[in-house]
Amino acid sequence: MIAIVDYKAGNLTSVKLALDALGAESRITSDPGRIRSAERVVFPGVGAAGAGMRALAEANLGLVLREVIGRGTPFLGVCVGMQLLFDRSEEDGGTKCLGLIEGEVRRFVPSNPLEKIPHMGWNAVRQVRPHPLFSGIEDESEFYFVHSYYCAPLVPSGIFGTTRYADIDFASVVCRENVFATQFHPERSGRIGLRLYENFLRWDGRPGC
Amino acid sequence: MLTKRLIPCLDVRNRRVTKGVKFQNNVELGDPIEMAVGYSDGGCDELVFYDITASAEGRPIDIEMVREVAKAIRIPFAVGGGIASLDDMYDVLHAGAEKVSVNSLAVVDPELIAEGARQFGSQCIVLGMDPVKTDAPGFGSGYEITIRGFRERTGLDALDWARRAQEMGVGEVVVNSVDADGTRQGFEQELTRMVAHAVTIPVVASGGAGTIQHLIAVFEEVHADAAIIASMIHTGEYTIRQIKDGLIAAGIPIRKKW
Repeated sequence: MIAIVDYKAGNLTSVKLALDALGAESRITSDPGRIRSAERVVFPGVGAAGAGMRALAEANLGLVLREVIGRGTPFLGVCVGMQLLFDRSEEDGGTKCLGLIEGEVRRFVPSNPLEKIPHMGWNAVRQVRPHPLFSGIEDESEFYFVHSYYCAPLVPSGIFGTTRYADIDFASVVCRENVFATQFHPERSGRIGLRLYENFLRWDGRPGC
Repeated sequence: MLTKRLIPCLDVRNRRVTKGVKFQNNVELGDPIEMAVGYSDGGCDELVFYDITASAEGRPIDIEMVREVAKAIRIPFAVGGGIASLDDMYDVLHAGAEKVSVNSLAVVDPELIAEGARQFGSQCIVLGMDPVKTDAPGFGSGYEITIRGFRERTGLDALDWARRAQEMGVGEVVVNSVDADGTRQGFEQELTRMVAHAVTIPVVASGGAGTIQHLIAVFEEVHADAAIIASMIHTGEYTIRQIKDGLIAAGIPIRKKW
């Protein structure tokens, strides 16, 4: 069973529907017991980092996420679910996050006012390091993004994919051991995004190819 | 590089897709789910569905249809028409839509839109606006916002309204030219340019797309982030592949693989 972590941070239906389409059994849940016993965990999220961290704290899920990650459970963070893994975010006047990946989350500051915020739409992901979750996905494939903040990891070796927007190449995919995280929404990214979920379902949580 | 989005628009009435000219004389085109799958497989970047009779009939949006679309396609889609409350927004998003599109409601109850953006996130709330050209004094942009499918004038200037929508917290604005809708004579370029430069959120051009040249013009000359297409693909005159090939040849950044 795959746990889709529900911490009242946005709409999880599309994640569930993507896993359904692959025939995988999943459950949208905030129950610590179910998350602990899940074979795999998807940690999605939309909205603001501050509200997300408060909701995680209220549901007492921070420790549970640390526990499953520490135990090696294959773990997929998506969008705000990626951002919350970092040390802190500039959003909401500065938000302390989970601190599972070193680095911070910053706001885009486009020099060209026609580069709009949020960064919304399809953009290419350059695969800067191979990973089993990229299997069968061509380099520079486009995925669907919608976000105003981006992750800036401290350790460059954790960056697996980059995307260009507002004058920077930001980390659109990071991985650390059994934690893989994407800034884009694979569940909204057509056949190619579905392939990433399919790869996740086969992944043993080890970074090797 | 962020690509420009092509968004087929499906006007739905009684579970059938229809298309009219200037919001009138609608003809039936097909089944919404089949058409959504066809366009999604064909390479469109997003879809928008308008339940065009929900509002007039005073009933909520067809949620069952939204659920079926969400099951059938894996790309983002917006749903509008008949959204009247926060519960309606929740229902549409929870059924699997990426965005809700509001139009008349934003004029009637702006606070509700602001609350929706706070609760569900700005990126979920799209403001559709239907401006019409006017020579009347007091409209700096020369365009007045209309509501209820062009039937009612509001006294709101199009640019003032776009800026206010951004302040309300909407994540995107769709500029639908009433004058150009369904004419296939090209987008209302000047209007789109003004709105694109007035706000810092993405702007979607709508109404008037008839040729690839029209799309090149709206992306290149007036900086629309996305464009809505309807008649030109519904009639079968163009496929999305053909349109995208034409845009790529013109150097417009476009999603190439799907």
